[in-house]
Amino acid sequence: MAKITLSKLRHSYLPNPASESDYALKEIDLDWSDGGAYALLGPSGCGKSTLLNIISGLLVPSDGKILFDDKDVTTLPPDQRNIAQVFQFPVIYDTMTVYDNLAFPLRNRARDEATVKTRVTAIAEMLELTEMLNTRAAGLSPDTKQKISMGRGLVREDVNVVMFDEPLTVIDPHLKWKLRSKLKELHQRVKATMIYVTHDQTEALTFADQVVVMQLGEVVQVGTPVELFERPAHTFVGHFIGSPGMNILPCALVDGAAHFADQAIALEGPINGSPEGKTEIGIRPEFVSLASSGLPATVTKVSDVGRHTVVECTAGGERINAIIEGQAPEKGATVHLEFRRDQTRLYVDGWLATTAEEAMA
Amino acid sequence: MKTENQKAWLFVLPVLALVAFNALIPMMTVVNYSVQETFGDNVFFWQGLDWFQQILRSERFHDALGRQFLFTFLILVIEVPLGIAIALSMPRKGFWVPVCLVLMALPMLIPWNVVGAMWNIFTLPDIGLLGYFLNHVLGINYDMTQDPVAAWVTIVTMDVWHWTSLVVLLSYAGLVSIPDAYYQAAKIDGASNWAVFRFIQLPKMKTVLTIAILLRFMDSFNIYTEPFVLTGGGPGNSTTLLSIDLVKIALGQFDLGPAAAMSLIYFAITLLVSWLFYTLMTKDDLN
Amino acid sequence: MQKRSIVPIVYILFLMLPIYWLVAMSFKTTNEILAGFSLFPQTFTLENYQTIFTDPTWYWGYINSILYVSINTVISVAVALPAAYAFSRYRFLGDKQLFFWLLTNRMAPAAVFALPFFQLYSAVGLFDTHLAVALAHCLFNIPLAVWILEGFMGGVPKELDETAYVDGYSFPRFFAVIFIPSIKAGVGVAAFFCFMFSWVELLLAKTLTAVAAKPIAATMTKTASSAGYELGLLAAAGTLTIIPGAIVIWFVRNYIAKGFAMGRV
Repeated sequence: MAKITLSKLRHSYLPNPASESDYALKEIDLDWSDGGAYALLGPSGCGKSTLLNIISGLLVPSDGKILFDDKDVTTLPPDQRNIAQVFQFPVIYDTMTVYDNLAFPLRNRARDEATVKTRVTAIAEMLELTEMLNTRAAGLSPDTKQKISMGRGLVREDVNVVMFDEPLTVIDPHLKWKLRSKLKELHQRVKATMIYVTHDQTEALTFADQVVVMQLGEVVQVGTPVELFERPAHTFVGHFIGSPGMNILPCALVDGAAHFADQAIALEGPINGSPEGKTEIGIRPEFVSLASSGLPATVTKVSDVGRHTVVECTAGGERINAIIEGQAPEKGATVHLEFRRDQTRLYVDGWLATTAEEAMA
Repeated sequence: MKTENQKAWLFVLPVLALVAFNALIPMMTVVNYSVQETFGDNVFFWQGLDWFQQILRSERFHDALGRQFLFTFLILVIEVPLGIAIALSMPRKGFWVPVCLVLMALPMLIPWNVVGAMWNIFTLPDIGLLGYFLNHVLGINYDMTQDPVAAWVTIVTMDVWHWTSLVVLLSYAGLVSIPDAYYQAAKIDGASNWAVFRFIQLPKMKTVLTIAILLRFMDSFNIYTEPFVLTGGGPGNSTTLLSIDLVKIALGQFDLGPAAAMSLIYFAITLLVSWLFYTLMTKDDLN
Repeated sequence: MQKRSIVPIVYILFLMLPIYWLVAMSFKTTNEILAGFSLFPQTFTLENYQTIFTDPTWYWGYINSILYVSINTVISVAVALPAAYAFSRYRFLGDKQLFFWLLTNRMAPAAVFALPFFQLYSAVGLFDTHLAVALAHCLFNIPLAVWILEGFMGGVPKELDETAYVDGYSFPRFFAVIFIPSIKAGVGVAAFFCFMFSWVELLLAKTLTAVAAKPIAATMTKTASSAGYELGLLAAAGTLTIIPGAIVIWFVRNYIAKGFAMGRV
């Protein structure tokens, strides 16, 4: 277990980076405390795998430092960092038995067979692999193979961090939840720092205590799943998390008030500073309701997703989603949208620019 | 998934016709000759299995077969590890890779008689590059027209020169298909280079190595042109491999009966050993 | 460059040495060759090449070889395509046995067929024709082409066939317009191997020809046995035979590694 600190980390895959866009990772400063469960969430190409490989030591960053428990490990190779990594597809040694697979990292470090046996049986029991210990790894199913990969990561007692790089990619959907719960269970038992990289918000939000959201090489927000949902600091977070994501509507600022489709929209609180740049209103569909008065809109699509209904409307040339329960309007009908005030926010150039009124009081 | 369709035979018919024409009819002729004797004028006498017995008991055949097995053994034992080693030492990516692969493949595209002729010129004792170097620079007495050992070393070296690249190319194809994640995981697991080779690279190269070994076995066992052009089977008959002997008997002496019997035995041995190799190397997949 | 890159470099040097020697010899006069050893041509001459380009017996040898090799490649790949498709997509009575039987022909020692082919092709009146050699080489090339193409076809999902059928393509149109382009790497590899094998094979080519379709390989043998042992001429002829191979392989250089594994990696 270790505290991980990323200090002024930047990375470019090019030998002579000239501009910002040459960097796969733009400046990152992060602290991860001991034993936590973290998720690195973001779309493809956001830099999360790069960051993961820097933490594990498979990549040396162009600039900056990484510290384990305040010790600089930036140039230390992977096998000396006491980390474990589980990859997107199961990486196991086909010709060995499950037992030998799990024993491999220990034997490479010259541990005696008694220790090996204790650890392997303990891990196998945790992962429900005990019956298969003597089977050759080659013919097993993908989810079992992934469990073996995880086991190899956990078998060493001195593991600081366990990293998962989109580990459920090749798993059948109906087995994903099983492995996810197993992972959560493992975290509670093993109490190692775990970092889970994914582009799937459900995986991230169910696994992690803290989520780091990344986009285009930058950390956009760090927070608990609830914080990310309730108070996205960036339009990207708002849009990425939630199903459907937050509505982002371009607006104009007139006399310090936000206007959309010629209507003044009440915001959660005062606007910070004098904003210059692209101004947008963000409101989650969960907080858009159909009322007798409010912003006029035309219904374009109604989808019943079981627990509730998603109504898609157009207003002012923009698409707005609303989540409602109960009777849904007809397609083509005119409705009035009401935005819950304390959940309506202003974003400038993507970043949150209003402060909640309660916070001020 | 394949669907059942008997009409697929129509697709296969042209192939069947051409290969059958080239394979079945000659084979029938060979089988015909192998059990008969002729003194010319298309008059044949039934001989039963006499030719087969004669060949199988003949010392000449045993000698040729022995030489052939020795040759093939040397070829496999040298070319396969060498080819794998060279493939392992090549970078997985980069500008030079296609250039290297083209240069390595060049020997395989040279007509076989030119290969023999090339090595002939190369090893002439006083005026060939290698011959001159060995005899006059290193002071080794080298003349493959006189010395059977020199002749053997030369034909083996010539084949290594000619065909190792096949093993290299096949092994290389297998190696570059291994995803980086395996090497990364091995680094994290603290595996040594030997462990990486034994547990990751070798298992993942199994298919291509099977192809390589089978091809090298078959082709070296059936080899004719290159050694024939180089040594003519000599000095004496020290490098007379099985094909060379067969052609001598068939086209040289026109001994149809023995040649035919020998052909069938030869073909049978090739098939049998190929089948053995194939089964041994793929037995794990059958489990 | 890493240290271990020395291995492929040394290997390539080893491969280039005899080729260099052959090329060097082709630019020497026979007198110089027989007089003694010289690393570079002392009297650089083009007379060997001149002889080859001006003497019909010589240059026809190349033309003949290219002719039958091309005919063989076209035939082999053309008939192998539908057959490989059948093996790849369908199950039918005797399919495994047929496939295996095809492969066994590749294993056959050419020497076994020397005499029977001589008799067979004489009997059908094809002796000493390009077609004879082209057809004879089919014995080895067709199984190889079928095997290579089947390997590549395995990588094309059956859904492609089904979609085309639903879209209203007739089978011939689907095959020509959709399927073959999707395996064009495989077609290239198969054609390459057919070309390569037919170009290098000597025994059958020599056995089945006399004058009219005599391949360059046979013409060269004439030189070696004729009086005077015209080594320079032999070297020049040999050097010229390397060129078609070099050209072909330069064109497929990006597919070499994968291609040699015949789609089965």
